[in-house]
Amino acid sequence: MLLSLVATGPGRAGPPLLHAPDGFLSLPIAVAMWAVTIAVTAYAVKRTNQTFDDRAIPLMGVTAAFIFAAQMFNFQVIGGTSGHLLGGVLAAVLLGPWAGTLVMVAVVAVQGLVFQDGGLVVMGANIFNMGIIGTIGGYAVYRALCGILGGEQRARIPAAGIAAWLAVFFAAGAMALELGLSGTTDLVVALTAMLSIHALIGIGEALITMAALAFIGVTRPDLFSLRDARVAQRA
Amino acid sequence: MTQPSPTPTGGDPGAAPRGRLARFWWVAGLAIAGVVAALAAAFASRDPDGLNAVAIEQGFEEAGKDPGFQVLPGYTIPGLEGTGSTVVAALVGIAVVLLLVFLLGRLLARRRKDRAA
Repeated sequence: MLLSLVATGPGRAGPPLLHAPDGFLSLPIAVAMWAVTIAVTAYAVKRTNQTFDDRAIPLMGVTAAFIFAAQMFNFQVIGGTSGHLLGGVLAAVLLGPWAGTLVMVAVVAVQGLVFQDGGLVVMGANIFNMGIIGTIGGYAVYRALCGILGGEQRARIPAAGIAAWLAVFFAAGAMALELGLSGTTDLVVALTAMLSIHALIGIGEALITMAALAFIGVTRPDLFSLRDARVAQRA
Repeated sequence: MTQPSPTPTGGDPGAAPRGRLARFWWVAGLAIAGVVAALAAAFASRDPDGLNAVAIEQGFEEAGKDPGFQVLPGYTIPGLEGTGSTVVAALVGIAVVLLLVFLLGRLLARRRKDRAA
């Protein structure tokens, strides 16, 4: 089969799995991360419910679809290691941190539930690492950079690029911290290894995020205003 | 400079292109997602990602447990082989994510409108 030529990977078919399986984290850490994730998600639901403009629903759907697809595209880094998009900063720049967080929660949950990518016990941690810390933290960095660099209109793409790179760092640091606290591996070793490889993976995150925003900026710049549409219309 | 709007992003959401162009953009966005997924199925790196590479390097890869259930395991359709299996699985995933997020958006947006009414 010609098709199966490309699909033969080490051990199994299909793209590499992206998220931590059960067993990587101790039960107390996994449960604690579920609690944090549930609390933040509930808050994101509340905030989205307060501010979400229904004209942004299609953008929310397309953003989620794109992030799901793009996460599957593992790109080569170095030494037999790949990386993939998270997409949280992209989602937050387009939809705001709360609707952006909900998009990321949906993507990581579907990956675990439908595609067995990421364990159910550690799903709280996976959602927090991949979908929350980089999305909310990255968005805070993004807004701060936009302020420093002379406004969102001018600074959108460079600010999003830097924030996206940092968001990957946040995610990798959180994962390393959870691994270390779980006793799975030494904390310092985990932090060093995770942060150094993800410093490179973050470059891919930054490039994809900037390219997607540049594409929207050229084709439909009005979509950028949907994030704050309610403020503009009803404030 | 051309948009004196008080919002940080500027621009008037009411000025969004209507009709065919707007509809075409969403279709194009979904088409891009589909193409990216298909390209990923064929050309994505097969090497372990950042976390898994660290797990292998530090010898805790074996701590990972099987999920104990299977729907479309590892982005494949059981019974289908090769790249096609992953392409179909990815398209199913795009549809599921899109539907889920769309329903979520409708639910939250509608509640807001109900309250305002």
